[in-house]
Amino acid sequence: MSYQGKKNIPKITSDRLLIKGGRIVNDDQSFCADIYMEDGLIKQIGDNLIVPGGVKTIEADGKMVIPGGIDIHTHFQMPYRGTTTVDDFCQGTKAALAGGTTMIVDHVIPEPGSSLVEAFERWREWADEKSCCDYSLHVDITHWNDSVKQEVEILLKEKGVNSFQVYMAYKDLYQMSNSELYEIFTFLGELGGIVQVHAENGEIIAEEQARMLEIGITGPEGHVLSRPEELEAEAVFRAVTIASQTNCPLYVTRVMSKSAADIISQARKKGNVVFGEPITASLGTDGTHYWSKNWAKAASYVTSPPLSPDPTTPDYLNTMLASGDLNVTGSAHCTFSVAQKAIGKDDFTQIPEGVNGVEERMSLIWDKAVVSGKMDENLFVAVTSTNAAKILNLYPRKGRIAVGSDSDLVIWDPDLVKTVTAKTHNSAAEYNVFEGMELRGAPMLVICQGKIVLEDGKLQATSGLGRFIPCSSFPDFAYKRIKARKQLAVLRAVPRGMYDGPVSDFIPMSRGATPSASTRSSPTKAPIRNLHQSGFSLAGPEEAPIRPAGRRIVVPPGGRSNITSLS
Amino acid sequence: MSGASFQGTRSIPHLTSERLLIKGGRVVNDDQSFYADVYVEDGVIKQVGENLVVPGGVRVVEAEGRMVIPGGIDTNTCLNKAYLDSPPVDDFYQGTKAALAGGTTMIIDHVTPQPGTSLLQVFEQWQEVADRKCCCDYSLHVDIPQWDEGVKDELEVLVQEKGINSFQVYMAYKDLFQMTDTQLYEAFSFLSNLGAVVLVHAENGDLIAQEQKKILEMGITGPEGHPLSRPEELEAEAVFRAITIGNRVNCPVYITRVMSKSAADTLTQARRKGCVVFGEPLTASLATDGSHYWNRNWAKAAACVTSPPLSPDPTTPQHLHTLLACGDLQVVGSGHCAYSTAQKAIGKDNFTLIPEGTNGLEERMGFVWDRAAALGKMDENQFVAVTSTNAAKIFNLYPRKGRIAVGSDADIVIWDPDRIKTITAKLQQSALEYNIFEGMECRGVPVLVVSQGRVVYEDDKLNVQQGTGRFIPRKPFPDHAYQRINTRNKVIGRQAVSRGVYDGPVYDVPSTPKYITPAPSAKTSPTTQQPPPIRNLHQSNFSLSGAQVDDNVPRRSGHRIIAPPGGRSNITSLG
Repeated sequence: MSYQGKKNIPKITSDRLLIKGGRIVNDDQSFCADIYMEDGLIKQIGDNLIVPGGVKTIEADGKMVIPGGIDIHTHFQMPYRGTTTVDDFCQGTKAALAGGTTMIVDHVIPEPGSSLVEAFERWREWADEKSCCDYSLHVDITHWNDSVKQEVEILLKEKGVNSFQVYMAYKDLYQMSNSELYEIFTFLGELGGIVQVHAENGEIIAEEQARMLEIGITGPEGHVLSRPEELEAEAVFRAVTIASQTNCPLYVTRVMSKSAADIISQARKKGNVVFGEPITASLGTDGTHYWSKNWAKAASYVTSPPLSPDPTTPDYLNTMLASGDLNVTGSAHCTFSVAQKAIGKDDFTQIPEGVNGVEERMSLIWDKAVVSGKMDENLFVAVTSTNAAKILNLYPRKGRIAVGSDSDLVIWDPDLVKTVTAKTHNSAAEYNVFEGMELRGAPMLVICQGKIVLEDGKLQATSGLGRFIPCSSFPDFAYKRIKARKQLAVLRAVPRGMYDGPVSDFIPMSRGATPSASTRSSPTKAPIRNLHQSGFSLAGPEEAPIRPAGRRIVVPPGGRSNITSLS
Repeated sequence: MSGASFQGTRSIPHLTSERLLIKGGRVVNDDQSFYADVYVEDGVIKQVGENLVVPGGVRVVEAEGRMVIPGGIDTNTCLNKAYLDSPPVDDFYQGTKAALAGGTTMIIDHVTPQPGTSLLQVFEQWQEVADRKCCCDYSLHVDIPQWDEGVKDELEVLVQEKGINSFQVYMAYKDLFQMTDTQLYEAFSFLSNLGAVVLVHAENGDLIAQEQKKILEMGITGPEGHPLSRPEELEAEAVFRAITIGNRVNCPVYITRVMSKSAADTLTQARRKGCVVFGEPLTASLATDGSHYWNRNWAKAAACVTSPPLSPDPTTPQHLHTLLACGDLQVVGSGHCAYSTAQKAIGKDNFTLIPEGTNGLEERMGFVWDRAAALGKMDENQFVAVTSTNAAKIFNLYPRKGRIAVGSDADIVIWDPDRIKTITAKLQQSALEYNIFEGMECRGVPVLVVSQGRVVYEDDKLNVQQGTGRFIPRKPFPDHAYQRINTRNKVIGRQAVSRGVYDGPVYDVPSTPKYITPAPSAKTSPTTQQPPPIRNLHQSNFSLSGAQVDDNVPRRSGHRIIAPPGGRSNITSLG
């Protein structure tokens, strides 16, 4: 095959592919049809297609053909204290392709105080150089001020980033106050961005960490003990409240516990626009391993929020995915070597956080949810690919098998059983948190940008082929409802006459301050009041003008204005 | 009442002459109802039963089969909370008169010190004023305006020497009373060690400040701005957070002023999960709703301003009554804090300056009867529980208060469940010129009220005297809240896993201060030289047989190995 391996979008003209006899599974329906691809795009779908000669034909033999997975959450090549995660963009995307994922979305994490745009460019550079599949980027907002505001606007409008992560944890580092969150949510809600939230109450975590270390718990079990799932649920609840106040769509990254998932589910039932992303690890394993007596094993599970020690959590989260209460799945793939994890061998707060999962994501969901009958194949496509594409505003280019879409697709074998082990996985990490699990369902053949990258168990990925896919603002999936609500949510003042009754003397306060007693006088001082003079003027002054002319009177629910004289 | 011989001195009056027999009533406690006579002497119930043998010359009150219930306890009043130097129109005298007229024989008032003042001093001022003016027994909550080391010492004195076991913290009022989560965590841990009940004013102050700014900018300056800037979600959010923190540090949490359905639901769910949490709706939230904020009469709209605000959802009162009836909410307060219309008018051009507070002290018991008991939502025993007994239990006054039993204080009410009263500012005891419940009909009124063993309200007439109310000290660690907490403290031991020493390779990092949360801290640009990650893919740290000499010497001897739920530690060598 003639890939030039150039940095720019490679010409793939020679690549013509026909998949015959497959069953196309989209998020809305499944049907049998052939697919003809050319130039990295799907050109024709149907029976008895007329195609040019010399086209490579793949016999699908009635197997499922699904849109390639989109892993909406990775940390490849992430810098950490002078080192980086062991999977760089090449290694990481190879693992992704091996698992049937044809697009990843990585997080750009700028240092607090540094430029967001610069960090974004740096990440672009790394990824363009090494990525084997298409990618997109989220940018994390690690501090907040006016210059960050401008950068966010640039990123949204010019750089193709539509999603930004904020942190409610990591006190004194990334953590945002409620007021800052409110401002960010308001700002992004107006610009059409998606707010992603790392939801954990950082203040309480800091207290709990100090307490754990004080009582002599220094091992990885301290990690989960100091970050109990209620703190995750609390932060999710708060984030939902702020998002609802500011009318901004909310995306909760890393849903790790039942209670956090429940909060999201309840919020959705109340009509909030909120999306939840469980990760491979929370869907596949639990936090009992933190108590493992092998330090390295226990430490390999350290991620935040932590895996819940409740062993029923994975099943529960899979059920929530199946019911549509959670919408997308990521892997939060962020792998450190054991030596790197060992930075925290004497203090769990120093253990670098992150687990693997990019390669196992799709198989694991198939095994846990589809094989068990929780979800059907269409929903499987939705949670592994389509919903992510919709949130990123890449749909239907990605996440769907349709004429005109990118030819990122996977022939899925629902019965192939594989055993996960660090020995054979494509990640560079020397452990795997799913070690020993038998997963049913695996990709048989993976096509990325119109070329076959995985066939017969052999990976043929080329580093640097991945393109950056810009995401545009105001994705319909999130913003249609937001926009409609914005139009309705106009608040109006009640037109009243001027109040002309007596007014107590008072020491003026600054405007906008919260009301409350500010200077208490001694109780002996006589109260200023006049019991005979009522403030209810039944015949108000006629000359009083209605101040805001032309405003409609808003009738509140169950409203009444009985005792009154409209002045 | 015949020639009441109260000396009216400042000290506790002698009541030796007061002997009272209530005949033919049906005694209703929170657990049962039964027919019995009640004999009272020296302000204490001496006998309960039939055919009592009593001395001669005793005043006999015929109850004629009506309910005889423990006097109400109002857990939330602000009778001395000044706003910008001017005190509320109902002081301790006026306020407790209203309380007695409504069947409430004890109030717990909030001491509200300003940030920077001494809690103890302010508490003593409060006590002095209350001693001088109160007509019924009272106790005090102390609000903590800010959290620092000095406050800790004062709290300890208040708990151990002054008889205070409940303190309020604020999650609202940014830059004034509001505490951060860290401060709340510390305050909760500290107070639970002292055995106090933490009262929480639950609203998210940060977001309120933002919303207020936004709404004033939009030109909304009237009272409708108040509920618009304090939507009930912010209340629910804060309730959730308070409960989370309370549960983390194993401290009982008492949510004052449950005003909305969502806050109440949040609390209910937490109780389902086993959290020790109590909820207190107010008279106002139980009887009216926030639609009045849109009233075109400014004064009427402003009269309803209180925080958290009344919910504009008109189904809220019913919902809260239902939760009271099923035990998910436990106590009813009034939040009585009466400011005249002239005082309210300080905020005539800016809703954020309107002093907050509504009336409700006198109407409290009546509305619970009318909206819940009279409709069959709750029975008479539950009525007693939510208006009196539960409060006494939570604040460690039980069974001295909140129960009709031998040895209890003679705070007794004869309740007429059928009499209907129309509420109007003209006939109320409160000094306010308005009443937010104006015109509402309320079924169920007290016909006779006995406080400290003497009849203070009879035939719609009050017979009270300033200064007769006593301060009732309360001990820490109330059983109702702390029994579970104490047990949990015992069983929650947390231990480290004993492991061998990790002896694999360790990546070298630039030293960082301990205790910071781990995260990428020193990011270098990709172009600068940096050491490649030290890793060795061939060397696994999962030593399946990696025995070391010191393997069998755990680092901290004596630690048990905790098996986690469903625990396993399969791939392992005990290092």
